[in-house]
Amino acid sequence: MDYRNIWNEIPKPKVERTPSRFGRALGKYTVRVLDSCTDCLKCVAICPQNVFEAKGNRLAPPLDQLCLGPECAKKPNRCVRNCPVDAIRVGANPSSRALGDFRWTPDLLMSVWHMAETGKLPANDLEYRIGASDGGFDKLRLRFPKNPPIPDLDKSKIDTSIPLNKKGDGRFDIVIPIPVYGGGMSFGSISQITMLSRIRAFAAWGSFTCTGEGGYPEALYPFDNHIITQVATGLFGVREETIQRVKIVEFKYAQGAKPGLGGHLLGPKVTEAVARIRETVPGSSLFSPFPFHSVYSVEDHKKHIDWIKAINPNALVSVKVSTPSDVDMVAVGSYYAGAHIVHLDGSYGGTGAAPDVAKKNIAMPIEYAIPKVHNFLVNEGVRDSITLIASGGIRTAFDIVKAIALGADGVVTGTAELVALECVRCHNCESGRGCARGIATTDLELVGLMELGWGTQRIINMLSCWRDQLREILYRLGLRSIRELVGKTEVLAHLDYSQSIPDDDIRSSLV
Amino acid sequence: MPKKYHIDVQPVANRFPVIGRSGIIDWGEGCLKCAKCVKTECVYGVYKNRSFSTSIMSDTIDEFCKSCFRCVQGCPKRLIHKTINPEWEALGDKLYRPEIISITWEQAATGKIPVSGAGYGGKFSGSGFDSMWTDMSEIVRPTRDGIHGREYISTVVDLGRRLSKLEFDSNGNLLSHVPPSVRIPLPIVFDVFPFGDLSLNVWSAVTSAASKLGTLVFMPYEVAINFPEQSTSIVPLLSAEKAAIYDLGGFKIIELVDGYESGESIAVAKKRYPDVLVSVRMEAKSSPESIRRMLEYNSLKADIIHYVADEGGYEPGVDQGLHIKDVIKEINVGLLKEGLRDQVTVIVSGGIAMAEHVTKAMLCGANLVGVDIPLLIALECRVCRNCRDGLSCPVSISGINPNWGTQRIINLIGAWHNQLLEMMGAMGIREARRLRGERGRVMFMEDLENDTFAQLFSDRIS
Repeated sequence: MDYRNIWNEIPKPKVERTPSRFGRALGKYTVRVLDSCTDCLKCVAICPQNVFEAKGNRLAPPLDQLCLGPECAKKPNRCVRNCPVDAIRVGANPSSRALGDFRWTPDLLMSVWHMAETGKLPANDLEYRIGASDGGFDKLRLRFPKNPPIPDLDKSKIDTSIPLNKKGDGRFDIVIPIPVYGGGMSFGSISQITMLSRIRAFAAWGSFTCTGEGGYPEALYPFDNHIITQVATGLFGVREETIQRVKIVEFKYAQGAKPGLGGHLLGPKVTEAVARIRETVPGSSLFSPFPFHSVYSVEDHKKHIDWIKAINPNALVSVKVSTPSDVDMVAVGSYYAGAHIVHLDGSYGGTGAAPDVAKKNIAMPIEYAIPKVHNFLVNEGVRDSITLIASGGIRTAFDIVKAIALGADGVVTGTAELVALECVRCHNCESGRGCARGIATTDLELVGLMELGWGTQRIINMLSCWRDQLREILYRLGLRSIRELVGKTEVLAHLDYSQSIPDDDIRSSLV
Repeated sequence: MPKKYHIDVQPVANRFPVIGRSGIIDWGEGCLKCAKCVKTECVYGVYKNRSFSTSIMSDTIDEFCKSCFRCVQGCPKRLIHKTINPEWEALGDKLYRPEIISITWEQAATGKIPVSGAGYGGKFSGSGFDSMWTDMSEIVRPTRDGIHGREYISTVVDLGRRLSKLEFDSNGNLLSHVPPSVRIPLPIVFDVFPFGDLSLNVWSAVTSAASKLGTLVFMPYEVAINFPEQSTSIVPLLSAEKAAIYDLGGFKIIELVDGYESGESIAVAKKRYPDVLVSVRMEAKSSPESIRRMLEYNSLKADIIHYVADEGGYEPGVDQGLHIKDVIKEINVGLLKEGLRDQVTVIVSGGIAMAEHVTKAMLCGANLVGVDIPLLIALECRVCRNCRDGLSCPVSISGINPNWGTQRIINLIGAWHNQLLEMMGAMGIREARRLRGERGRVMFMEDLENDTFAQLFSDRIS
């Protein structure tokens, strides 16, 4: 038997079917097979989505997350009408309303679960493009020309890569094949397995993941070339060595979900392992300071960046800031201070723990910040020399396209990967033992609920589907590369300003 | 160094079960009686700890459940479901949404500032205060570590008129008569309830809470006289005639309702009691007539103008009226234009439903705010308004133990005070008095829309 140590290995970016790790997956529709079933297995042959499978010569519990719903089921040639003992019932899943929230609706959660399981978009009527927040990205739509402008454009050759170093200063010339990398989520807020799942998945796609504030666990060492070390105000695990091992270093000045506050890790989540790596006391809550107590002016900020550049002569420097009203000034200040990447984290972004009053009220949503900063940098004449990355509520490939069309070069995601790992957005990450589903926790029993190979593959599948969607969207827009999309606001429509906007569903070729 | 203002919160249990958002439905039929039932694996132990409370005829499991869905997914026969509780969805009204009522109950029970995991899950924006975001200063800020910090943020506000200058004689003696003022440690006062199953128990709870917190409670004069030892914390509401003749000794502030004779009665009251502040209670309207009346009261030396919006936070009696935030902006600008803003204190009530509304109302131009319905919610009110229709209160607020009520209100205000500190800390403001009219620290959705999406989309031919 060949033993492969996946803990050191970057997998291939290939889609593999990865079902839910919790009993039966949650779908929009529920398929019930009554006890009168005779295991004739007729439904197995009839269902177009393979909801029914045989296990030996018996019918296995239906995979109702794949079901197209009553609209399909009631057709004369489908399951319900063709069961000889009328044992099949198809209806809405009564539990789905209780899932999620306005930003991550039940439909959006289930769409990501579907992508994470199959690498494809759902075939049924799940809304996979927008949430129900009634504003921002959820009011923007993509405007596709009636016919693809370049019909013979080879989709597989459409370039979705973006450069991260536009300064031409001799430091690493990093180009990532997809316009996304993983945002910082610390060890302590999430488990090592969650961290490594994200890291390995993004690495498989040639991209990066940030360590977050909680230090650089040893398990990450095999993936140094795909890791971004975060220097945050808590300065946990910030040593010369962790700055020198990587190609990109990120200064976290602020986090979109709670601007003006440092990181929060409540007492029960500061387990032995977390306390060891952060050099603190188990059980004692950690509230990182704000701001950096060594930075009180833009000159201090330049000093900060120079410090990193001196320690690591080749690494790129990213500056992560939140979105106050003067975000454009902050961005241009960062440019002149020598940053390669300005990373805007919008107010609706994720967090492990934050006061609700901060999440809702402080700073502006990313949708306003991106065009503000993009236009300011264009007018300043420096837009082409800096990479603008946007984060804070980027949930879908459509959000990615909208963010880039508004003026970003690329995006950072966080919650989306957790949803791929089966997060239900119950908002209980911060308390007690942490996440009951084993994602945002370092509790030893809960961490055991997820297996590294499973987690990695789920995110690889989701990223693959995103990449396919990006290519499909660019094809329909007649663009050969995602770089042509930056600031191309003509491809967007907004519900408040347009009467009728054609549907922007792209599913016909992607399910 | 003066003692840091601190609000003593303590957990105080509800009298009634909480109406929770989501419930568990647990079918029995078809159960396989698995050797290891998923219910035994619940991380939160809700099935183990559930109990049936006979006093309120309800299962406690729904309060404990955190909606992780593991049992829903784990049961091989799909027998467990989660639903949204229809009773929860029916709570409240347009402003006091079920989420707001739930979170107010929680703050009243624990005194803790609401903290949760994952990003904000609500709507992008909304009407009223929901269309405002507060700012954060990225670089220029005081050293601060959130509400756990060592740095002091003062939430003190002063009520009363202010002189724009002081005059001294040639010997350096102060010639100006300095008007009386009242200082309270936080910019929140308790305003008259627009409805409620009220009783002396309730008023006693509210009055004790105000007194312990060092703030003020507004109530009808007839109620105020029941609490003579706490009169310095009470602001009695009076008509003009009563103000001229009733005994007002013991009160530091009185409030007259805006009416035909209230202008003259200000002078009458001040003549009788020179050290008492006089507040005029006006409907919060932005009409030119309202602004004119306000300026008139100011010239008649009213100390405080108290603007009251309707229960939803809008101009009372105006069809499609403005939200209080826009009314305050108009009033603030009205006073600024005349160079009079510093002379008078502006209190705003009506529509203050959450801690963030305190900050936002002040940023629009108020000196401080009055809160009413949230105090009732702290006493477990469900904003059903049965009391107004003459029906009985489902949570019998009138029968509360006043001490219980006092601590519930203190808890709520303690949690609000901490949230005020959070928002001020992020803004880089160390003095609540500086919040007044600080429009540079606030972002209005209309303005952001105009600067961004309107520029991009409004000239489109759709």
